[in-house]
Amino acid sequence: MKALRFERNVPRFAAARVASVIAGSGKGVRVGPLELVEVDAPEVPGPDWVRVRPRLAGICGSDLATLDGRSSRYFEHVVSFPFVPGHEVVGDVEGGALDGRRVVIEPVLGCEARGIEPKCAGCATGRKGSCERIAFGHLRPGLQTGYCADTGGGWSAGLVAHESQLHEVPGDLSDEAAVMVEPAACAVHAACAADITGGERVVVLGAGTLGLCVIAALRALCLPGTLVAVAKHPDQRRLARDLGADQVVSPGEHKRAVRRLTGSLALDSQDGEIARLTGGVDLVVDCVGSSDSLEQCLDVVRPGGTIVLVGMPGVVKIDLAPLWQREIELRGAYAYGVEERPDGPRSTFDLAFDLVRDARLERLVSARYPLERYEDAVAHAAAAGRRGAVKIVFDLRKGGPGPDLPGAARVRRPDSARTTEEAM
Amino acid sequence: MSPRPGFVLEVDRSTPPTLMWHGEGFRLERLPVGTRVVYGPEPLMPLADPDEAIRHALEHPLGDSQPLRTLLHPGMRLTIAFDDVSLPLPPMRAPDVRQRIVEAVLDLAAAAGVDDVVLIAALALHRRMTDPELRHALGDRVFEAFAPHGLLLQHDAEDPSNLVHLGLTDHGEDVEINRRAAESDLLIYVNINIVAMDGGHKSVATGLASYRSIKHHHNVRTMQHSRSFMDVPNSELHTSNWRMGRLIAESGVKLFQIESTLNTDTFPEQLGFLQKREWEWTLRDRASFVATSSALDRTPGGLSRRIFHAVRAPHNLTSVQAGAVEAVHEATLASVHRQQLVEVSGQTDVLTMGLPYICPYNVNSTMNPILVACLGLGYFFNLYRGRPLVREGGVVIMSHPTPWEFNPVHHPSYIDFFEQVLAETTDMFEIEAKYEESFATDPWYVHLYRTSYAYHGVHPFYMWYWCAHALQHVGRVIVVGGDRAAVRRMGFSPASTLADALELAEDVVGRDPTITHFHAPPVLLADVT
Repeated sequence: MKALRFERNVPRFAAARVASVIAGSGKGVRVGPLELVEVDAPEVPGPDWVRVRPRLAGICGSDLATLDGRSSRYFEHVVSFPFVPGHEVVGDVEGGALDGRRVVIEPVLGCEARGIEPKCAGCATGRKGSCERIAFGHLRPGLQTGYCADTGGGWSAGLVAHESQLHEVPGDLSDEAAVMVEPAACAVHAACAADITGGERVVVLGAGTLGLCVIAALRALCLPGTLVAVAKHPDQRRLARDLGADQVVSPGEHKRAVRRLTGSLALDSQDGEIARLTGGVDLVVDCVGSSDSLEQCLDVVRPGGTIVLVGMPGVVKIDLAPLWQREIELRGAYAYGVEERPDGPRSTFDLAFDLVRDARLERLVSARYPLERYEDAVAHAAAAGRRGAVKIVFDLRKGGPGPDLPGAARVRRPDSARTTEEAM
Repeated sequence: MSPRPGFVLEVDRSTPPTLMWHGEGFRLERLPVGTRVVYGPEPLMPLADPDEAIRHALEHPLGDSQPLRTLLHPGMRLTIAFDDVSLPLPPMRAPDVRQRIVEAVLDLAAAAGVDDVVLIAALALHRRMTDPELRHALGDRVFEAFAPHGLLLQHDAEDPSNLVHLGLTDHGEDVEINRRAAESDLLIYVNINIVAMDGGHKSVATGLASYRSIKHHHNVRTMQHSRSFMDVPNSELHTSNWRMGRLIAESGVKLFQIESTLNTDTFPEQLGFLQKREWEWTLRDRASFVATSSALDRTPGGLSRRIFHAVRAPHNLTSVQAGAVEAVHEATLASVHRQQLVEVSGQTDVLTMGLPYICPYNVNSTMNPILVACLGLGYFFNLYRGRPLVREGGVVIMSHPTPWEFNPVHHPSYIDFFEQVLAETTDMFEIEAKYEESFATDPWYVHLYRTSYAYHGVHPFYMWYWCAHALQHVGRVIVVGGDRAAVRRMGFSPASTLADALELAEDVVGRDPTITHFHAPPVLLADVT
């Protein structure tokens, strides 16, 4: 079967990093360790495992970081090579109780998938994202499907998944909606981690897939008093507002916007520009995960406020003096599990299905590509915001991508390639 | 030779290109045949001896006022308020007329043995003046005598301890003004009039008032009903100020108003071509224009701004009158009209105008997009009596680079207004209802207004409201050569050239429209019949 496989190849990894630094994100894929290959389907690791034939598989920001050679070395011990990327997957089950059903995969490879008993503290309480055994058990290391050599990933014609990872897709949801469930689940978890009680002023930094999903999740699950989105591109700005932002500002405007919103005083530099706010918002959700974005979070969070880090960070360099002096809480929000809701605990994925349906998140799927055009797909994903797109996916369905994407964000003609629906 | 009156030229094939301001530069535009170009009168002859004219005005006041000399006595509290940096435009060559008048007043006060004298810059909600600006307006002698002793103040509309509420007008308008001014035995107001809007009761009722008071007339409804605010009897803005002024008088505030008018001798010799009608340009004027234009083309933006803001106008005094406010202002308006009125017969489909680098609110600062709108649609559009130059549903075409650029020291709230409020809506009533109060009371803006050199937080709203009458009246506003994003943010249409703009205008007013060009400088007041 065809698969995009990521090898452990240090020179090519380094080349990808250099290319992405010089030419920009997404450019490293041409020289990096990702290749389209013919491989055998992965072996089924055990009795509770099934084969899944992907229909759509998304390209995530963490995938781009890996392909660009800029992902953190922190992950070195929790991935195994070679792996097939792709953890945002909707596909058809072959075998087991859900044989023939359409499912979304919950990609975390926790204790249950790894056959570990007793389960770790995280998995025992449903917090799969906090699993302490992601490099152990009968699978090789891999924090998620898409980073484990044994399971395969969504960027292929077939993968294997533990039955505990499967969520059947209701018939009323399209494949495009279903492929948004995993990123929506990340957003749901972040919104729940934000611990909002109602009326807080919130800033969401970044308006790519994750940022937009977080905006939708905050609006659906929490009661923010005012939600400000920081978005760079016109389509992102429009979508951010559609999904529930009260105010949308450009990256350079965030300090002024928050100052106005909160009535904060400001410490200004000699030329009158705002150097620092004395107050700020209660919560900032960072959906970017860079040094710049963290610095922007610290710019606008109030003393005693909270920063929730949702976008995957790498090595960042930042002055933490304000975090210390203003007693700001910096909190990570990774993956999913079980969320405490007013009506009792609920699976993050269940909440994500609701969110995708209610917020019509299928509209975020902007373009589909066949595996063979992975370089174009990655380039498109890396430049999604600039090109008026949000989520780029691989389309592995028989017959390839359909002719159009109702409700999807308008896709501008790419610089170097046409989108699949134009090409096919 | 006496100055020639203003007139209306009809462009024909022999008419040379018309000079238009374009921010910190110029455009020479060949206007379509048949276009009317309205030229203001030439600068009036100045008073031969301005100091003597001032002394005469103080000794021979108008209305029911006594000569100033007789109003001054030992032991009294005397406050002299004066117009701020927004007047005149451009700043005039030294000595500034304020200096002449204040010195004359102080001479009388000294002769009468008055010790308790305070000077107050009547800022209203404008930015504070810098020391060099105060020194220029008042002269070294006055500045040195008062500033070091804390006797040269700047009105602070946000200092509750230095404001006094005098009551409500019969229309329920709060009248709250500077306490020192109100509680003095005599308040003298020193005014400079360069357009008919200035002066009268507006001097004290606005210049020394608080936001609580000013908001009663600086609002959308008032501006829409001021037709125009350059025509006092038909200006709701002035009617409100007049009510307040009369209440101030009834409250016991004793006011001695001194008003002055300047001629339109606006630019120095090296920019003399700006003052002339194009077909009368000499070889020297042409050379001067070419040299200036090409030098400006090669000069970085910041430097050309500094060069222009260093220009000192050779304005000269054409009248000075003192005494009771209304009698004084009537004489002032007669003088302004003598200098600026031009009869124009009938309205036009399309009104064109070139906008300069300066307006009252960006002296030594940046002409940001809101000020561009205010200058074109607030000031130039409203420089009429009778009817607007452009017909209802017509088009205004303004030429200005309109950079998306702000001075963060002077205009901090303008940035937020432009980036946040206008991004939401350009609807004046919505803006007024939804945003004005929060900007006006924002503690950071208040802090910057009081301690730095920032316009009050509400000021960009007022500049936007200044456009209310024009935007209600015209069908489209087109900006030639402006930053497209900035122009669109304000709801206007950008155009690269005047020809493109005229073509766009035809979508609104139809083919072969009548076109009138408002030629400035010199400033003029169109008397449209």
